[in-house]
Amino acid sequence: MNEQVSPFASYVIALPEITLVLGAMVLLMLGVFRGRDASEIISWLSIVLLIVVAGLVLFIPATGKVAFDGAFMIDAFSRFMKFLTLVGSAAVIFMSFAYMRHARLVKFEYPILILLASVGMLMMISANDLIALYLGIELQSLALYVLAAFRTDSLRSSEAGLKYFVLGALSSGMLLYGCSLIYGFTGTTGFSGIADGINTVGPNLGIILGLVFFMAGLAFKVSAVPFHMWTPDVYEGAPTPVTAFFATAPKVAAMAMFLRVILSAFPDITHQWQQIVVFISIASMVLGAFAAIGQRDIKRLMAYSSIGHMGFALVGLAAGDATGAQSVIIYLTIYLVMNLGVFACILAMRRSDGMVEEIDELAGLSRNSPMMAFLLAMLFFSLAGIPPLAGFFAKFYVFLAAINAGLYTLAVIGVLSSVVGAYYYLRIIKIMYLDEPAEKFEPMPGTLKIVLGLSGGLVILFFTYPAPLVQAANVAAKSLF
Amino acid sequence: MMSVGLPHYLTLAAILFSLGIFGIFLNRKNVIVILMSIELILLAVNINFVAFSSFLGDLVGQVFALFVLTVAAAEAAIGLAIVVVYYRNRGSIAVEDINMMKG
Repeated sequence: MNEQVSPFASYVIALPEITLVLGAMVLLMLGVFRGRDASEIISWLSIVLLIVVAGLVLFIPATGKVAFDGAFMIDAFSRFMKFLTLVGSAAVIFMSFAYMRHARLVKFEYPILILLASVGMLMMISANDLIALYLGIELQSLALYVLAAFRTDSLRSSEAGLKYFVLGALSSGMLLYGCSLIYGFTGTTGFSGIADGINTVGPNLGIILGLVFFMAGLAFKVSAVPFHMWTPDVYEGAPTPVTAFFATAPKVAAMAMFLRVILSAFPDITHQWQQIVVFISIASMVLGAFAAIGQRDIKRLMAYSSIGHMGFALVGLAAGDATGAQSVIIYLTIYLVMNLGVFACILAMRRSDGMVEEIDELAGLSRNSPMMAFLLAMLFFSLAGIPPLAGFFAKFYVFLAAINAGLYTLAVIGVLSSVVGAYYYLRIIKIMYLDEPAEKFEPMPGTLKIVLGLSGGLVILFFTYPAPLVQAANVAAKSLF
Repeated sequence: MMSVGLPHYLTLAAILFSLGIFGIFLNRKNVIVILMSIELILLAVNINFVAFSSFLGDLVGQVFALFVLTVAAAEAAIGLAIVVVYYRNRGSIAVEDINMMKG
């Protein structure tokens, strides 16, 4: 099924990654030699580079090819997920201009770090070997640690960076310890080799222990409970465009990696990993729903919201079949679109004296800027999963997959926690529509209007024509099996 | 005389790994100690890899260990840079002072 290619053809398969990393180096040199004045030009060039690479990803035929002696693979799944990640990264750079100008944070390192993190994410999605997977994760994480601490004169931002670094390094250590045990007890690091090894020796204690450590590391990267503790602090402390980035592209890439490694390397011990996935999924959904209720800071609220959403996406993974994988892919796509829109609104919460982040500051938004309030309300309805918006279909597909796989308890708990979660989204809508108006925000910059408009439009109109996404997700999910 | 076999290496690595984990969670004094604990975890993993590699007669484990060493160096560099930035803002790197945000 997966054909091995010659060394030269390997470079063609990795062409998007190679282009992206070389482009990032060229832009870095440009920044070093042209100085701070070139920062905004470099941001625009980064967006162009990301779009070119996304084009390359779509252009290279992806029919299950394995390159570099099995370390790296492309298929319909990797193509879909890479495209999604690259679009997310480009959209975040596009949304950042106004914020960076106001915060006096216009630096060329910012788009470069996002580009390097994107290279890491592409590698994570395409990894077919534990070594490639680890290097992809680290390339992504090292860039993200720096991004979290990007506002070097702010205590909050550097504290966010420090916390993210310490917990991220700990999780990498656990992931590696798991990798070492899996390698030791199966004798190989390639995903297909691991699957064969488990098939012959059976699920012994070493492999199960390794799997547990490995999944703990992965759960950290997708911020699933009980490895979520970094998320609220990092989301709150990091500069808002960086938070928008954390909530979108890296989540998609990490979930894609989770899906591929679990489904292709451990197909014979489904029963064992299913228990773990069901547990972290339930814990994430419940914590995401309850802990968000008391939050006052909108970025912190979005952190708990993303924990909850990752729990819902894991429901699809717990099903462990092609329908489940398809539902996760649909969920991630819709999640990315909704979050980009919400963060466009959060980035627009600016008064003359600076950014505000309290939820109460949104009071009476419907009278001050009716269009923004309407789209934001639609996005929150969609996050809560209210039909006929896109978020409803995302949840519908994952619960359908869980029920098909016989995981009734999981589906029931999921629906219940989604009801609890709806409370805090509706509370924000109530504040926007029914409370006395607070002071007006500054006018919304054009870039944010474009992102919010596109995201809101897609979320509202998804139900009229869902076929392309469902079809593409179906093809992508099939290629995993 | 007793010979040193794979279980001994695995036990040593498991002890070092646990020391690293406890070092991160029990330490209340200094962030540098946390960085040292992280290194300890990564080195425990390397012992595992090299021991398995030698026992299996397969070189991939040693290649993995080399990659881990390289990444650990990059990670330490970035960690120390973030600690320096934090110290400039806070004037302290005591773990109990890292409490601006509660959650």
